[in-house]
Amino acid sequence: MSQPLEMPRWLDLVVLPIFNLALALFVCGIVVLIVGQDPGQVLALLIKGAFGSRIGLSYTLYYATTFVFTGLAVAVAFHGGLFNIGGEGQAMLGGIGTALAALALADHLPGWIVLPAMVLAAALFGMAWAAVPAALQAYRGSHVVITTIMFNFIGSALLSYLLVNVLKEPGNMTVESRSFGPGAHVPGMHELLGVFGIEWPRSPLNLSVLLAAFSAVAVYLLIWRSRPGYTLRAVGHAPEAARYAGIRPARQVIFSMSLSGALAGLVGINEVAGVHGRLLLDYVVGAGFAGIAVSLIGRNHPVGIVLAALLFGALYQGGAELAFEIPGFSRDMVFTLQGLIVLFSGAMAQVAAPTLARVWLALRRRRLAAAEAAHG
Amino acid sequence: MAAPAVALKRIDKRFAAVHANRAVDLTVAAGTVHGIVGENGAGKSTLMSILYGFYQADSGAIEVDGKEVRIHGSRDAIALGIGMVHQHFMLVETFSALDNILLGAEPGWRLAAARTRVRGELETLMRETGLVVQLDSLVEELPVGERQRLEILKALYRGARILILDEPTAVLTPQETDALFVTLRQLRERGTTILLITHKLKEIVALCDAVTVMRAGAVVLDCKIGTTSVDALAEAMVGRRVQIGRGEAAVAAAVPGEELLAAHGLQWRDALGVTRLHDVSLSLRAGEIVGIAGVSGNGQSELLDVLSGMLAPDAGELVVGRARFAPHRWLDPAHARRLGIAHVPEDRHRRGLVLPFPAWESGVLGYHDLPRYGRRGWMDQATMQADTAAMMERYDVRPRDPRIRSSKFSGGNQQKLVLAREAQPEPKVLLVGQPTRGVDIGAIEFIHGRLRAMRDAGGAVLVVSSELDEILALADRVIVMGGGRVTGDLPIDACAEATLGRMMGGAAHEVAPEATPA
Repeated sequence: MSQPLEMPRWLDLVVLPIFNLALALFVCGIVVLIVGQDPGQVLALLIKGAFGSRIGLSYTLYYATTFVFTGLAVAVAFHGGLFNIGGEGQAMLGGIGTALAALALADHLPGWIVLPAMVLAAALFGMAWAAVPAALQAYRGSHVVITTIMFNFIGSALLSYLLVNVLKEPGNMTVESRSFGPGAHVPGMHELLGVFGIEWPRSPLNLSVLLAAFSAVAVYLLIWRSRPGYTLRAVGHAPEAARYAGIRPARQVIFSMSLSGALAGLVGINEVAGVHGRLLLDYVVGAGFAGIAVSLIGRNHPVGIVLAALLFGALYQGGAELAFEIPGFSRDMVFTLQGLIVLFSGAMAQVAAPTLARVWLALRRRRLAAAEAAHG
Repeated sequence: MAAPAVALKRIDKRFAAVHANRAVDLTVAAGTVHGIVGENGAGKSTLMSILYGFYQADSGAIEVDGKEVRIHGSRDAIALGIGMVHQHFMLVETFSALDNILLGAEPGWRLAAARTRVRGELETLMRETGLVVQLDSLVEELPVGERQRLEILKALYRGARILILDEPTAVLTPQETDALFVTLRQLRERGTTILLITHKLKEIVALCDAVTVMRAGAVVLDCKIGTTSVDALAEAMVGRRVQIGRGEAAVAAAVPGEELLAAHGLQWRDALGVTRLHDVSLSLRAGEIVGIAGVSGNGQSELLDVLSGMLAPDAGELVVGRARFAPHRWLDPAHARRLGIAHVPEDRHRRGLVLPFPAWESGVLGYHDLPRYGRRGWMDQATMQADTAAMMERYDVRPRDPRIRSSKFSGGNQQKLVLAREAQPEPKVLLVGQPTRGVDIGAIEFIHGRLRAMRDAGGAVLVVSSELDEILALADRVIVMGGGRVTGDLPIDACAEATLGRMMGGAAHEVAPEATPA
């Protein structure tokens, strides 16, 4: 009931996230101290690992690409009033779609046909995997939160089944499909930059990063500049008002979930086609769930999501570096740090808001008083 | 003379750019009912929130029973014997009435023992105050009036001697309002001090001992009730003379023209199998305002929903111009708009606006697909904003900035925005639910004027209102509903409040017993 204090936008959009991140790092520092390491050194290594070298930066961007896709997926559904927990499964299906398109086409056809076909297949497979729970909610009333979680398991089982029983090469001991043909090669960033004469080290960073950037812009335009976006948001904020406006909420549920699933499906392009060149078991590894955190931290806005995805990418890459550089600083420690950042920047993002607003008000009042005193 | 129960001295409060309270002085004598009136945004709620500890005043002092106190939160307020009943009830609907009172005041950890003890105390309290509540019913099963009594009882049980009621009658039927007033008078007899926030001036005059009028954050009038009148209060509130009621507008008696909309034998059952609409027929003609009178909950809302396409009936027929609709192919809201039926919904927060949207996005709601609002899939934001700005100009919506969030406007301005939007395409038929619920007096005058203007321009207007006064002030013809049926259909000249009351009451209590399991 006590209303949130009014605060200017810059305070809310710039100062608050930075404050939250600083708070998270501070607590991380304490944890690091407890395990007997030097927080300053750890932070320096983390940043250096993520941004300090061209290869580190490439890895950071590569991880971020995947998080942008899954983060956008969560955000689109969220604006439609839906909580899509199924990014994980939809990303797996996207990978399957990518692989099937690549396996079917890449041996004979050139890249300029295969690449769009893979993108389309990844999006369609992810879309289909989200559309089923959406239809179940829209026409049968089963909640997407439940069904998308279940679809993650089904997706995972489907992937295993396909790999073990259908796609695995006979005689191969590892559970993976055969390598894709040459047409499915997604150009790496080092190759692309090489065209322009810029030398760049070899890394998993590939063309998908541009697809991610394009998706972020497209999502922005769709949600805030287009009529489908308008109806999607209307349903998300006020389903009754949407119905009053002649919008059919059931269709909108399917629309926003399909779009969400398509975005999550694009993970397949980055991971399956872009890096591995074959379908394997664990190319999603929690990216779907990380997308929820990314979207939460990014306030469901494409700009925020890109920044949050970069933060997550940096944590992954910098964390890997840390685990490598400091003996006794395990992966689990890195996960702890990530968890703390999600906690402070995502889950508790608004906790510090009233305090900040009060501090700002007090400062402003003092400034006003000073100004008055100067006049008087 | 005893010290006043509450004395607020030079209370000042700012929210960023808004000066919500300007050096407000308020003295409330013990054992009286004190009315606080003002338009939306006049600062009365802020003032009460300061008294109840939600906000801290920037400067000024609060005295309770003559002693200066500091109130940092509702806990402090309750400890001082101040209780508040909010406009929107703070009850857990799935708990029993008794448990709602217990909640937060459990005298021990064994719930059964606590219930027995509290029940005894409550029964005494109910006998003394006349506030009868069925303690074992779930709150969701209680009628609104009883929920409110429960809220009051809750406050009293926690030792409230000073009771703040925020718009207590906004959700009540006329009968429930009367019952509430009886209760409040009884409480006053017992020595309870009551602060009543409202913008219904009739209530102030009927109930209060003294009244304070606020405008733009400051007190503009403070007097005993005997020395003032409804007109004087209205003038103080708005700052100019207001004319509500028929006045000279009635002189131009409506000459109804051709039939624009006709409904026959509408029938609708809700999910529980209760028949909410029972063989309802009506017709709307060009150039008339038809008022639907009735105690709320007697099928008026459902009728509006059926006519606007929000709800398909189980039986009946609708004729709009040359289009005919049967239940299995009922019109939908988009189709209704295309046929020239506009709808100002009863619940503007849930239906009329999308609260987090900026005003211009709410300003095109339902019309967002018009060709003028963009080519192909894109929104032409400039046109949408310009149109909304023009509507705001015409309907005097303040603040006049289409980029402000819809939720930031006051109730009256939100309603004007919705009305402006629905009137914009010059519909043939305008369906209006509760046109002035929660709207302040200046805006009421304006909204009534607009509705009359639409009638004069040849439109048919259907007004559903729980305020009989409003129906009497606006309508050319009155349809009375009770128990889901039409219990009367008469021209305005034949309407006397007593006749209508009888018609409303006649079938009003048939709704509940008719319930049959689906």
